[in-house]
Amino acid sequence: MTITENNIKQPIGEYIQNWARKHSLFVLAYGTGCGAIEIPPTMTSRYDAERFGIRGAATPRQADVLLITGYLATKSLKRVIRVYEQMQDPKYVIAFGSCTINGGMYYDSYNTINALDRYIPVDVYINGCMPRPEAVISGFVELQKQIASGNAYNATKYKENLEWYRENQKKIIKNWRMPDYNW
Amino acid sequence: MEDLAIKILGAVLTTIMAFTVGMFYGGFVRKLTARVQNRRGPVVYQNFIDLLKLQSKTTNIAHGFMHHMAPIWMIIASLTTLMFLPILNGNLWFPNISFHGDLIFLLYMMVFGSLGMALGAGQTGNPNSAIGVTRGLSQMVGFEIPFVMSLIALMIQYKTTSIQDIMIAQNESGIWNMFSNPFAFLAALFAMFGMFRYSPFDIVGAPAELASGPVSEFGGKYLGTMMTANSIFSFFKLTLYVNLFMAGAGNINDVGIVATLIAIVILLIKTFALYMVPVFYGWVSPRYRTEQAIRYFWAWPSALGLIGIVWALI
Ligand code: SF4
Repeated sequence: MTITENNIKQPIGEYIQNWARKHSLFVLAYGTGCGAIEIPPTMTSRYDAERFGIRGAATPRQADVLLITGYLATKSLKRVIRVYEQMQDPKYVIAFGSCTINGGMYYDSYNTINALDRYIPVDVYINGCMPRPEAVISGFVELQKQIASGNAYNATKYKENLEWYRENQKKIIKNWRMPDYNW
Repeated sequence: MEDLAIKILGAVLTTIMAFTVGMFYGGFVRKLTARVQNRRGPVVYQNFIDLLKLQSKTTNIAHGFMHHMAPIWMIIASLTTLMFLPILNGNLWFPNISFHGDLIFLLYMMVFGSLGMALGAGQTGNPNSAIGVTRGLSQMVGFEIPFVMSLIALMIQYKTTSIQDIMIAQNESGIWNMFSNPFAFLAALFAMFGMFRYSPFDIVGAPAELASGPVSEFGGKYLGTMMTANSIFSFFKLTLYVNLFMAGAGNINDVGIVATLIAIVILLIKTFALYMVPVFYGWVSPRYRTEQAIRYFWAWPSALGLIGIVWALI
């Protein structure tokens, strides 16, 4: 049995699962850069992200969404990769701010990376320097749309193209002292 | 044969009821907390969505045997305790296997879930889990003392260890234990703050400090199973309290369908009112440190428990 919504056909089981995933996003905020300061207003009374089912998660094991909130120093990239690989499928990444898209105002810095999606797959980019909570919430809504349509499969792509990602990652992380698989 | 069928049906009914009620209470608390903080908050069935999502996660990590066992252990412990509890007075529709002396038995069984959790969390090797487990067990040592004292007071008062008998005695005399032995009730109420782990006693999970403590390595289906177990267990705890101190619900002489439904509604009202006590207290409290929490339980609540025992003796 299939269900058609917005011209997308899905088996009913998958439809229900995606519906649940969409309405219950546990967020692990990796507070790099300046954008971390936008998380508290998004989560608390003023903008109240919990009405969308968005909720903070304490550890990568419990999280569905990884938030990268700004520029990533080359040192923190290693931690981000570990965190990302410890999360359980299906998992999504939202990247904040111009810094994660093309380096932003740190485009020529010696110790930040420029484009985040060369290192881990990104589902939704929110641009701005820095994005306001409204923009953050609209980014989450965009992610919810992707999940509902069953298109949020970037984590699978990561596993399929692992070699390419590893190559890029190892260019930045010179002292790669961690297992090649973290999950 | 028919007897057995009714028993099995009753067990299934009890489980479904405990699960639904426990989950909804969790949702209500989230909604109410949001309203108190001037937010709109999630929908009241948000916990069910979370559970569905957790169960539809596709991968899980493995840390070893006890790590796999911990959620199963927890859910088994919750169900076992639930089965030994008389849900309603006049156990026709929920003919669980309560027996004389079940109070002592339940006292032992209630810590089983936490012990399973502790073993499972220990095997994950996460330092946060280890700290969380230590804190959890210390806190348990803290609140068990006033709790046991108040139960002993009840046992002395009614000269029985059967929950069913205590309920019947309360119904006959028409005075709830809450009023006939207020000290024991207060001691048990304070112990309840520790049992439900809302602030200020959320030292075990301690979000932002311990990264959810014992469960920090549990994700996906494991976390979902634990959530289910916790919901069932909180319904169990509330019903136990209502049975012991608020005369339970239902009438032993009238066990028709209508009477049973009314009894269930009464049970829900009583449990919800009781549940709000630790929740309200949590809204206005910051978090204690471990030693503060233990000192808290061993001071006034234990003293009240002692007075309760003396009260029951004279
Ligand atoms: S995009 Fe702007 S606000 Fe965000 S991390 Fe970069 S410099 Fe900071």
